[in-house]
Amino acid sequence: RLLAGGGGGWSFSTRCFSGKDGGRRAAGAGRGGAGLTREGAGPAEREQIPILQTNSGPGLTGLITIASHLVKQAKKEQLLGSSAEEKAVVHQWLEYRVTQVGRQSSREDTRTVLKDLNAHLEDKVYLAGNSFTLADILMYYGLHHVMVDLTVQEKEIYLNVSRWFNHIQHYPGVRQHLTNVIFIKNRLYTSAH
Amino acid sequence: MRLRVAAGSPAALKVVAAAHCAGAPVQLCWAEPGEPPPSPLCPPWAPALQLESGAVLFSPNAICQYFFLRRGEQPTDLTTQWLEWEATELQPAALAALYAHLVHGRTGVEALGEPLGHIERSLVGRGTAYLAGDTESVADVVVWSTLFPVLRDEAIPAAEPLQSWFRSMTFSEACRNAADTVLLPRHLQEFTACLQKLPLPRPPPDTAPGCEEDDVSERALTEEDMAAAVDAWTRGAAALPKPWRPPKPVLPVEGMRNVLITSALPYVNNVPHLGNIIGCVLSADAFARYCRLRNWNTLYVCGTDEYGTATETKAVEEGLTPREICDKYHAVHADIYRWFDISFDYFGRTTTPQQTVISQDIFQRLQAHGFVLQDTVQQLHCASCQRFLADRFVEGICPFCSYQEARGDQCDKCGKLINAVELKTPRCKLCSGSPTVRPTQHLFLDLPKLEERLQPWLENCWATGNWTANARYITRSWIRDGLRPRCITRDLQWGTPVPLDGFRDKVFYVWFDAPIGYLSITANYTEHWERWWKNPQQVELYNFMAKDNVPFHSVVFPCSLLGTDDNYTLVNHLIATEYLNYEDGKFSKSRGVGVFGDMAKDTGIAADVWRFYLLYVRPEGQDSAFSWGDLMLKNNSELLNNLGNFINRAGMFVCKFFGSAVPPMVLTPDDHRLLARVTVELRQYHQLLERVRIRDALRCVLNISRHGNQYIQVNEPWKRIKGGEEDRQRAGTVTGVAVNVAALLAVLVQPYMPTVSAAIQAQLCVPPECSVLSHIFTCTLPPGHRVGTVWGQHRGWREEGGGGVKPPIPPPQLDPPSVPGKTPPDPSRIQELTEQVAKQGNCVRQLKASGSDRARIDSEVGKLLALKRELALAQNMSPDGPRGKGKK
Repeated sequence: RLLAGGGGGWSFSTRCFSGKDGGRRAAGAGRGGAGLTREGAGPAEREQIPILQTNSGPGLTGLITIASHLVKQAKKEQLLGSSAEEKAVVHQWLEYRVTQVGRQSSREDTRTVLKDLNAHLEDKVYLAGNSFTLADILMYYGLHHVMVDLTVQEKEIYLNVSRWFNHIQHYPGVRQHLTNVIFIKNRLYTSAH
Repeated sequence: MRLRVAAGSPAALKVVAAAHCAGAPVQLCWAEPGEPPPSPLCPPWAPALQLESGAVLFSPNAICQYFFLRRGEQPTDLTTQWLEWEATELQPAALAALYAHLVHGRTGVEALGEPLGHIERSLVGRGTAYLAGDTESVADVVVWSTLFPVLRDEAIPAAEPLQSWFRSMTFSEACRNAADTVLLPRHLQEFTACLQKLPLPRPPPDTAPGCEEDDVSERALTEEDMAAAVDAWTRGAAALPKPWRPPKPVLPVEGMRNVLITSALPYVNNVPHLGNIIGCVLSADAFARYCRLRNWNTLYVCGTDEYGTATETKAVEEGLTPREICDKYHAVHADIYRWFDISFDYFGRTTTPQQTVISQDIFQRLQAHGFVLQDTVQQLHCASCQRFLADRFVEGICPFCSYQEARGDQCDKCGKLINAVELKTPRCKLCSGSPTVRPTQHLFLDLPKLEERLQPWLENCWATGNWTANARYITRSWIRDGLRPRCITRDLQWGTPVPLDGFRDKVFYVWFDAPIGYLSITANYTEHWERWWKNPQQVELYNFMAKDNVPFHSVVFPCSLLGTDDNYTLVNHLIATEYLNYEDGKFSKSRGVGVFGDMAKDTGIAADVWRFYLLYVRPEGQDSAFSWGDLMLKNNSELLNNLGNFINRAGMFVCKFFGSAVPPMVLTPDDHRLLARVTVELRQYHQLLERVRIRDALRCVLNISRHGNQYIQVNEPWKRIKGGEEDRQRAGTVTGVAVNVAALLAVLVQPYMPTVSAAIQAQLCVPPECSVLSHIFTCTLPPGHRVGTVWGQHRGWREEGGGGVKPPIPPPQLDPPSVPGKTPPDPSRIQELTEQVAKQGNCVRQLKASGSDRARIDSEVGKLLALKRELALAQNMSPDGPRGKGKK
């Protein structure tokens, strides 16, 4: 059973593994994807910490912890990176996700995150380099509410983030119920005229 | 592998310890100061590990994780959970604790109570020696490294399993080596410097600052507490000191505590807004009233700061002379402060002959002691206006942040001080022409030379005085950045003339001149002003201001006075507030955003309600925000339902059940407990106000009335009065105790709400000699004491306070849109909104019928509600009124 709080986003992200993979779901997750309950959701509250209750042992607390656990349960370890190096890089991005993105962030904080990610993604396909990992999934859920509100011009300013986001949202199984964010293909204007 | 660590980095210990523990072959190198961070994504102090693939790890926990991964230790659910907890919960708490410890010199362990408890519970719950099992793992290293800097010099307030875990980590070879490498004394200094540059750690939303004090009231009461409280109670009004009413003019008295209070002089060219009011005059007023209640011999002076460029530019704008501008706005200021019931002993102005005499005297002494320098400066000269342009007469693009409308002295956007010639594309404010740079002679105060006098004075002052943390911090960073000679003259006419040949066409820069206003304003109040201002042995000086004024009061002005060798009274306690924001933005005079003094008056809300709310949200320790909704809420919940309700009930019971005479009281242990509780809060109130924690002390007042309400609620005197003999006696005791608590509250609220205080004291007929505060709560209204007429629920407040607000319906004048310039309902706008509401309503119904997804429906419903609210406002109705039946 997954106890979820306000903020949203992450409670759905865990479905990517728990909902899809049949019997490989976390123990006690209930029927279908409906084991996800949302309690005390309030838009102004800070993102609350998810708790996963399993049949064996004490529950797990924290987005990274639960997501990593479910990934292993679903036998999709490659999402956590294969080599030691990759694992460390994935962990780094998961940590960035929970410490920098989606807390009670101001407009300015959000802008900084977008700017930084845009620079980081300039020469990368995925956050951790060349392979799709859990970091991409969780970051997608962390940024969805931001991306939805961006203007067309802003999406062009953060072009690398937009390209990455569009790629991730079309990745099989990732988007779930979230709305598809539209990125237009033709640029509004070009720098040379 | 190359591991680069910045000296003084809070994360250095962690990565070095992990490298030692996991036996990773790293080559440790220290980053050069000023070296760019390993990645734009992290702060400059982040460590960096260069991986063989070329990627760089910059997250300290990921680096630690990697060292253990290399050794073949895969992360488990538990280690992952600890690492996540450490990053999201422990680090912010530890940072706050370190900040409190190293920057403010307070003990920081309290801030760690919650996380330490969590660790302890886990160790006990699992029964293991280490966090994630029976052997040391990455989790132990990461958590220990974050705790160690905070706990190393402190007694760990923790029980056994946590203690021994922490010790075994501290004494392990790897951790000890790491601590020796990283926390050298020299690095520790850099550590402090690094912390000071970090943004102030934000407290978690549910714990307000100062909550450590609040906890005191919750602690268990001992038998002694209760015995002492009962003893104090029985001593009666005779135990209180006689109120001191100083003769006018107030002058220092030998053997008394003489308190001189100044509030930063508001600049005359504009109407003050609520941010200005709470920033200085109102805060200082609450404190001055408190001092008087404590029988301290108190003088509170303030006045308008009238010289300077801003007045001249404003005069040009309004087509008046500078003198006329000053007269006009001085009256506006005086009026507003009178309405807010500010208890100045004298509210003066800086444009007086005394100002000229005192400023010139201070200048001449500085000159004689060799603290004034002459230098040629390049200054902007406007050819068409034929004058050198003082900095406020120039605007241009900020050289630091490229803000388009930076002023010549300071940028409104980034807040940096600017030298006018550094502005990009400067323009003359008078004629919009482009000025050119030309050399001219100016005088400078030699601050570097004065620093040797400033430093020992500051050290002594900080050891004994009460400076707010921001004041210390701002001063420290000013001095750290190096003091430079500061120009004290300006090319203007409207100012104090410089008494020196070659400079007679110039005046003193307002910031040399303005603080001298405190002295000259006192000189206008009494010819014996020097007994206040040249008497540091007998006088304690409190300066109140907003934080942007700190450097001038802590560095520049003390330097001017120290340089005169004239035994001036220097500031002992510097009380600086943070900023009050308006709803979500900043108050701004120039952009007309916010609530201004005269508007507050026009809202019809009583001055005391304003005072209460502003002091309740006083930006004490951190920025706070003004909001109309919150004003309404606090007024109803705290002021009326809590405080007003209690005082009213207590008084009503005396009138209704006991013929307006306080009944005899037979105290029981229940009553003793209440007396002790009230006494604890009262002591806390004093402790906080002595440290000028005005906002926090108000919480104590409200706690007392909360205790009182609970006391009445539990004892139900209105029922017992109808019972037998014993019940009637109990009703009498409860009523008597309650009305005495009300009498105490009447005095305690006086610094916050003087009119309300007077009204309650009049209703309860509190004897004038009880209008004084001591540390004890005693029975001031003895049995038989007759109270006056206590009006029905809150009526007294409304009449005496001049328009209190009736619960529970929010008064219409509190709706923000109707306050500034009430707009009549606009029929076409209403029509338009009605149509939009109908359309959106249909849209929502369709979505619901078609079973669209929740998020979509929610967002459309949100739009509908917003439209309805707008419609209600357009119709001048309360937006929440007619919609009561709707879902939350």
